[in-house]
Amino acid sequence: MTALTQVLSAIEPIVGSRWIRRGRAELETYSSDGLPTLHARPGAAVLPGSRDEVIRIVRALAQYHVPFVARGAGTGLSGGALAQADALLIILTRLTRILQIDPRNRRATVEPGVVNVRLSNAAAPFGLHYAPDPSSQTACTLGGNVAENAGGPHCVKYGVTTNHILALEVVLPDGDVVQLGSPGGDPWGPDLVGLFVGSEGMLGIATRITVRLTPLPTAVRTLLADFNTLRAAGEAVSAIIAAGVVPAALEMMDRNCVGVVESSIYAAGYPTDAAAVLLVELDGMEDDAVADVARAVAALLADHGARTIRTASDEADRQRLWQGRKKAFGALGRLSPDLVVQDAVVPRSTLPDVLDRIAAIGDRYGLTVSNVFHAGDGNLHPNITFDRSDPDQRHRVERASVEIMEACIAAGGTITGEHGVGRDKLRYMPALFDANTLGAMRAVRRVFDPEERCNPGKVIPIHACREWTTAKRTIT
Amino acid sequence: MTRPTTERIRAMLGSAVRVDATADGIPRATPRHEEECALLLHHANAEGWTVAVQGSGAWAAPRPAALVIATTGLDGLSDVSPADLVATVRAGTTWRRLQQELGDHGMWLAIDPPGSDRTVGSVTATGTAGPLRSGFGQVREHILGLTIVTGDGKVVRTGGRVVKNVAGYDLAKLVTGSFGAFGIVTELHLRLRTVPRADQTLVGRGVRDELLDAALAIAEGGVPPAALELLSPGATGGDGWRLAVRLLGTDGDVEAGRNDVCRRAGIALADTSAMESAALWRGAAARAVDGQVTVRLGGLPEGLAATLDLVAHHLDDTVEDWMSATVPAGTVRWTGDARIEDLNLLRRLAAEREIPLTVERAPWETLERLGHFGAYREGVGRLVRGLCDVFDPGAVLRAPVGAT
Repeated sequence: MTALTQVLSAIEPIVGSRWIRRGRAELETYSSDGLPTLHARPGAAVLPGSRDEVIRIVRALAQYHVPFVARGAGTGLSGGALAQADALLIILTRLTRILQIDPRNRRATVEPGVVNVRLSNAAAPFGLHYAPDPSSQTACTLGGNVAENAGGPHCVKYGVTTNHILALEVVLPDGDVVQLGSPGGDPWGPDLVGLFVGSEGMLGIATRITVRLTPLPTAVRTLLADFNTLRAAGEAVSAIIAAGVVPAALEMMDRNCVGVVESSIYAAGYPTDAAAVLLVELDGMEDDAVADVARAVAALLADHGARTIRTASDEADRQRLWQGRKKAFGALGRLSPDLVVQDAVVPRSTLPDVLDRIAAIGDRYGLTVSNVFHAGDGNLHPNITFDRSDPDQRHRVERASVEIMEACIAAGGTITGEHGVGRDKLRYMPALFDANTLGAMRAVRRVFDPEERCNPGKVIPIHACREWTTAKRTIT
Repeated sequence: MTRPTTERIRAMLGSAVRVDATADGIPRATPRHEEECALLLHHANAEGWTVAVQGSGAWAAPRPAALVIATTGLDGLSDVSPADLVATVRAGTTWRRLQQELGDHGMWLAIDPPGSDRTVGSVTATGTAGPLRSGFGQVREHILGLTIVTGDGKVVRTGGRVVKNVAGYDLAKLVTGSFGAFGIVTELHLRLRTVPRADQTLVGRGVRDELLDAALAIAEGGVPPAALELLSPGATGGDGWRLAVRLLGTDGDVEAGRNDVCRRAGIALADTSAMESAALWRGAAARAVDGQVTVRLGGLPEGLAATLDLVAHHLDDTVEDWMSATVPAGTVRWTGDARIEDLNLLRRLAAEREIPLTVERAPWETLERLGHFGAYREGVGRLVRGLCDVFDPGAVLRAPVGAT
């Protein structure tokens, strides 16, 4: 009997057999996440119904030394929630309670399976929202957001997930339950909440999450500008940032992307002959002040060669402008059988050059690269549409992806801004971090998980780590 | 305690590095590069020397050690990129120099730490944000990446120069505010902002709880002002409590903010001139070291009156000391002189209310007994201990973070 079979016998009385998945066909559902290029079928999957069940499952896994992976909605884009055949997948989508909304102190406590947008909807009656808004916010869970330190279009102004997490309850891989952070967000010691957020599910499972809520802006202006060249649009982005404007969102789409959106059911009226369109949103509490900034931004856009600048006339118009952006990935998905959504960040001033380089790489490999991204953060999403069944295309996509990452690193950037390293980007980690730093990450991981059973094989390329010896200190 | 001689350290580093002795005769090295810092810590770890890290001496009290490493040689801005709003700065740079040089480029770092003439490394190690925490968050929010030299002399570079980055674990968060437990910070990448065109401070005077109610009413409005700080008489050098509201942004933002703040406050708020407001904020920061001990309590905005009472009752019943509350954050900072037993009792009572008490600075004898932290929740102490063993395996830095 394998350790996994043994542990399943121990877990079955905890959750009941109907919440355990073992068959090949039912496990196929969980064999990939939002990234189509990686597959792995877990040994089994379990869907606990409560925090207590999660704790008891993790304790059983510790007893039998079985590896495990926590999973939310499976919308991740780095293969971060994939589990191998020797591991148990713990699916947290049944933990969906919003435990508390505390409008006076602007905070909320939720279970990890709560869907991102549901929390914002629940906070809206108090004039508040949960600010990080990944494109998948109607599906992705807050537990996954915490694991990946998720971003979104409005993070340029409001910050990413880590800036909004005050406290966590975590089940450590050995089954101990720890409370990290305090109700107000000040730490009890070194900032373990800050360490946990973005650790991609390798330090434990968050079972309760306390987040900061942010006032909903009462004044909004949304502008759409289009440009003859990508370079001009990139320069306009730099000019807006350098002028000290803090836009609520600053998104760019290139010609390929606009064409796809406009020929889909999500058509938003973007000009299809433009090389690039910029979507700029400005928000605040006073309409006059926001209108002033919008005028200044419009002037900057015009100075940098915008052909037309359109301002959303009302909320319906604004929603339509956003719809094109938010559904761009979906529209791209219809273009060809498969889509690789890439994620990298470059210094904002290098955007024009890097976009040129990416276009050249796509041309060289005969691939269609469509860019739709968070320009205000320098967070690129070059997307490559392809057909996985064609080995030659697959190979070209692979080569082009590597070169795009290399170009971003060479520009002083990083390999992921919001999707995470997962399994997909392990190979790029040594290009970014030296053996000492990777060794430090592994040693930190072992403090939480000495057996390295919790989401194994992600983030840290073990062969590239310098080994860290941890001296056992005499306790005084 | 094994201790190197000054000659030994001099021979190790060569004549280009300044090596002298402190008033107590402890050898003190002032490395200019992280490699020299790494060499020192590597040897300290191998030979069992304890190390004290010294910045400008404006915040932390001296502590006993076999070797002092001064960070003041690791100074200067390595890179400033106005178009990206990012700067790379070495940790021994003084706060004043950093802001001056950024100002020359029309930029600033939106942190106003307590104290004056501190180094960037000191503010990072202690995680001490000031009143601007209301509008711009904690110190951690401004740090994009950093380099540390660990207790055994390894160089670790985490994060990067871009404003959004999820590659690898966020070790910069772990290091920020860890009081040097995990290594000596040598360089940082910082997120900047452009200098706002308008900067207006409004001041209200009155009874503490009236001002606090006004502040809570303001905070309940929309976006919190850049600063919304309740200051004790000891903090302003004046004769009563003050509520200071700082508005930053475009002229339009500040005007809109002023209208909103005055409407919600329900008390009179007076405009101040640029000179008056600069003196108010600078004076309050400088007075934060008027006393040997500084503590921070992190609660909720709603609980501030109770937190202030708790501090007053246990540390300062005549309300003469430096005290300051960052209202939207729910935090209280206090500086004065206190007995260890009183601090300990206060920490315990605060912990019962889910409020962490951090000893931000204190004489070594106090810190050694109390620790910067020390009210760990169940199971957390062993994690901190484990992390200290990773980054400081020989207990060279032995920061008092409650890990021994």
